[in-house]
Amino acid sequence: MAEQKITLDQVRHVAKLSRLALDESRLEKFSVQLGSILEYVAKISEVNVTGIEPMAQALPMHNVFREDIVEPSLPLEKVLQNAPDADGPFFKVPKIIGGEEDSAG
Amino acid sequence: MLAYDTLLAARDAVRSKKISSVELTRQALDRIDKIEPRILAFNSLFADRALEQAKDVDAGKRTGPLAGVPIALKDNLCTSHGTTTCSSRMLENFRAPYDATIVKKLEAAGAVIVGKTNLDEFAMGSSTENSAFKTTRNPWDTARVPGGSSGGSAAALAAGMCCASIGSDTGGSIRQPASLCGVVGLKPTYGRVSRYGLVAFASSLDQIGPFGWNVPDCALLMNVISGRDPKDATSVDQAVPDYLKQLDEPLKGLRIGIAREYQLAAGMDPQVKSAVDAATKKYQELGAQLVDVSLPHTEYGIAAYYVIAPCEASSNLARYDGVHFGHRTKDPVKDIIELFSKSRAEGFGEEVQRRIMIGTYALSSGYYDAYYLRALKIRALIKRDFDQAFEKCDVILCPTSPTPAFKAGEKTGDPLQMYLCDVFTVTCNIAGIAGISLPCGFTTGPKPLPIGLQLLGPTFGEEKLLRIARMYELTTDWHKRRPSLETN
Amino acid sequence: MKGAYFVENRVCKSHKVLVGMEVHVQLSTQSKMFTGAANGFGGEPNTQVDEQVLGLPGVLPVMNKRAVEYAIMVGLALDCKIARHTKWDRKSYYYPDLPKNYQISQYDLPLCYEGAFELVRKDGSTLKIRIRRAHLEEDAGKLMHEAPGGYAIDFSIVDLNRAGTPLLEIVTEPDLSSPQDVALFGQELQKIVQFLGVSHGLMQMGHMRFEPNINVHITDQNGQVHKTAITEIKNLNSFSVLERATAYEVQRQIRQWEETGSLGRKSTYGWDEAKGSTFLQREKEEANDYRYFPDPDLPPVEVDDAWIAELKGQIGELPAARRKRYVDALGLSATDAAILASDRETGDFYEAAIAAGGDARRVSNLILSHGRRIANEKSVTLKEIGIAPARFAEVAGLIDQNKISVSSAGTIFDKLREKDGAAEQLAAELGLTQVSDTSAIDAAIDAMIAANPKPLQDYRGGKQSAMGALVGMVMKNGKGLNPKMVQEALKRKLGGE
Repeated sequence: MAEQKITLDQVRHVAKLSRLALDESRLEKFSVQLGSILEYVAKISEVNVTGIEPMAQALPMHNVFREDIVEPSLPLEKVLQNAPDADGPFFKVPKIIGGEEDSAG
Repeated sequence: MLAYDTLLAARDAVRSKKISSVELTRQALDRIDKIEPRILAFNSLFADRALEQAKDVDAGKRTGPLAGVPIALKDNLCTSHGTTTCSSRMLENFRAPYDATIVKKLEAAGAVIVGKTNLDEFAMGSSTENSAFKTTRNPWDTARVPGGSSGGSAAALAAGMCCASIGSDTGGSIRQPASLCGVVGLKPTYGRVSRYGLVAFASSLDQIGPFGWNVPDCALLMNVISGRDPKDATSVDQAVPDYLKQLDEPLKGLRIGIAREYQLAAGMDPQVKSAVDAATKKYQELGAQLVDVSLPHTEYGIAAYYVIAPCEASSNLARYDGVHFGHRTKDPVKDIIELFSKSRAEGFGEEVQRRIMIGTYALSSGYYDAYYLRALKIRALIKRDFDQAFEKCDVILCPTSPTPAFKAGEKTGDPLQMYLCDVFTVTCNIAGIAGISLPCGFTTGPKPLPIGLQLLGPTFGEEKLLRIARMYELTTDWHKRRPSLETN
Repeated sequence: MKGAYFVENRVCKSHKVLVGMEVHVQLSTQSKMFTGAANGFGGEPNTQVDEQVLGLPGVLPVMNKRAVEYAIMVGLALDCKIARHTKWDRKSYYYPDLPKNYQISQYDLPLCYEGAFELVRKDGSTLKIRIRRAHLEEDAGKLMHEAPGGYAIDFSIVDLNRAGTPLLEIVTEPDLSSPQDVALFGQELQKIVQFLGVSHGLMQMGHMRFEPNINVHITDQNGQVHKTAITEIKNLNSFSVLERATAYEVQRQIRQWEETGSLGRKSTYGWDEAKGSTFLQREKEEANDYRYFPDPDLPPVEVDDAWIAELKGQIGELPAARRKRYVDALGLSATDAAILASDRETGDFYEAAIAAGGDARRVSNLILSHGRRIANEKSVTLKEIGIAPARFAEVAGLIDQNKISVSSAGTIFDKLREKDGAAEQLAAELGLTQVSDTSAIDAAIDAMIAANPKPLQDYRGGKQSAMGALVGMVMKNGKGLNPKMVQEALKRKLGGE
């Protein structure tokens, strides 16, 4: 992780993963900026973390549950209130052709 | 001008009918009319609704500890009234169908919501310059920034457009603007205040907190907004004390921790340093003992922060894709991926994009261990540093920001330099502890700028933290100064 | 298959099928996995959606305790280890039916792991299926490419009702060795979740979705083994399709190797029901980068012994254990035991009847013949036929005491379904009570013999089949006599003379 320069191709790949359609000039600018930021944060590799448990959350809590009780749903017009496009009771998106990754699974 | 510009004073005045809530609210709205064009603190105003709420207070229909007092909300708190924009094109027209828990609590306490304040887009920034709509101006010098990301909330208060306000703090976003605007700002312990309805930036770091002109005002707001919320699994089930009850009682045997690592911080403004040193002396005069403490992992704080926060943000902001809500590109698209990618590229500003990119990269296959996992381990070390330090002292004292308010545009070219200003604030969020910023002086010059003192306290140590802050406040007049916007 | 595909000397002499299963089971909690919106399975589009399901800015998930418990119960039923510490992770991918564009799931610490399930085939042979893991996650919504009713549209539509449904993903090791095993495993799993009451398990409703991961070890004519690449068939939701799709895919892989020598690539297939064949969806070479990381909004889950014990108590005896006990301790046939133990209600009904004092085998016969018949006729479950389990015990007792005949049990149950009452009294009212008084029987036999010398002669002349006629004649004159006892007395009398 010492020589952490991010290449333009990597930046392009990350933009794709991030679902950001960035133009070439933005990609180039980002590759410089991300390079210097990543170089700075690479400091963390200096620290000896042997035997240290990662701390994903600020407080050591567990088992914070909800009882299985039904609460009201939103009325349909509120569900669709902010939808950029809708068709009847549905959210509407451009035609999706098969072959893409599937939903939950 | 507000006849009563602080929260408790205004509340008591309304309560004792020295002034009606409608009158007070009108004064706030008039002030906004007059001053707002120069400050640009608000994204939206709830003028008519605020007057309705005020009327209800005057009619005795709304009561509570905040009854009738005008306050402002950061525009990343969801309200079923009006829009919740996060100062982003992405959410420019977003109308939440629900109220954040804190909004419900404030309204149940009788508060009058005057409007929603500007921020750095999705709370990512330290100056409000990352707002998609406008840069808020510092009321002490309108050529300068108010700090950020809760710059709108800090400036609205400092400019006298409300009696108190609410912000959110992920890496200093309450404390730094409080410091730059000369008001008091508290970042509570993680889990003290429900995050339900706070638009997430970095879920494990975000915390909502109050701005007030003084410590008692913040204590009163904490009384209202704290507590477990069944809708936020990370909010803690711990009794909420009355933060006002013993506020004015000085703490005996007070031990102030001075971290040697903070003394070494680069880029410290000499006027900030001398003001903070003077405040330290003041505590000694009040009988406090100074204790040397060490926070050895301080220098890795910003690095760890700029891994953890972007990683979480990249995931939290994935939902903005132009399908169910938010901006959708008007351009023709050939497939759904293009719809997502164009909508997001158009809807998000550059800083948000940058952080999404960093986070996506750091979480992606092959990099997770080196970045995110390692940052979480450093987080554990930073927390351990604080735990050990708080065995020796009650609070740790340091500046909030290494510099006073800077000029708009001064730091926008280099994101990394902007990040480095967070040196004193980020570790508080990383460790989940409480921190407060309060005025401790002003710079010299024709337009004196406020300087902020930061006190960091242990987890759920707000009661003590507020008392210790109050001890200092009671001996100084910094919190009584107001910017002279009339003569500008 | 051999000759036709004989190219370049590649012949599949024998093959071994290896199938691992991924099964998604929708849990039948009242509310969703992470919020209070109804887990309603269906309903008008986008009406079981609250701000959390919609993934609106500012919302937070809070876990449904019951869903976690249901998942642990399935884990226990599959003999899994239950994680004492587990957590939630976000799995990132962009898709319009996934409102947050990440799915809350469990990555490296599944709630249940390292289990095993014994599959009992129809022929009585068994197969051990190892369970790799079972983890909990939230379901996505539905993306549709035609309008309701099947009308063509030139766009796609999203319904989020399904989004946020608690989903248990069960993953097995590749231990299934035939398409029949695969289907059987699916059916057995359905029985388990239904027995536990954690899922409706209705295939046509998509409550269970199967994804077999299939590959074949082909042995050629030289004894060399060729292993095909694993293919996964997505989203199968009927047992018949599961079996046919697996069978098709096995043959496709073998054929592909025989025809081209290719072992294929790791890939995902779909099933085309109309064509009866699988079709390639995507090759897995470009592995998805899901960017898993622990969900900061959800505290971890800790499971202690007390909680597990409590859930074990809720589960009670599992079907397999029950089945074994019915055979070993109660002496039922394997077939009868399997039927009675297959679902909780039938088993409980049966146990209640024997608890009321009925002979285990007699009660089993009565329930399996009359209980099930009546349930079928009324289209209700056994519990709902309107006859208490104790009545089955009573009827069994009457038969065993020779007070009624086996054949009259049906008449009594038909009466009982209309009107409840003590079985013995009903039998008497119906005139079904048998006379078991030996002197009355003897008298009737003597009377018959005196009046009918012919059949008696036949019988004595060696015509054993005449016995039935003799019994019938005795019964004719002495209504209500116990036919069995009549026969025995006759034999005694005739043999003794």
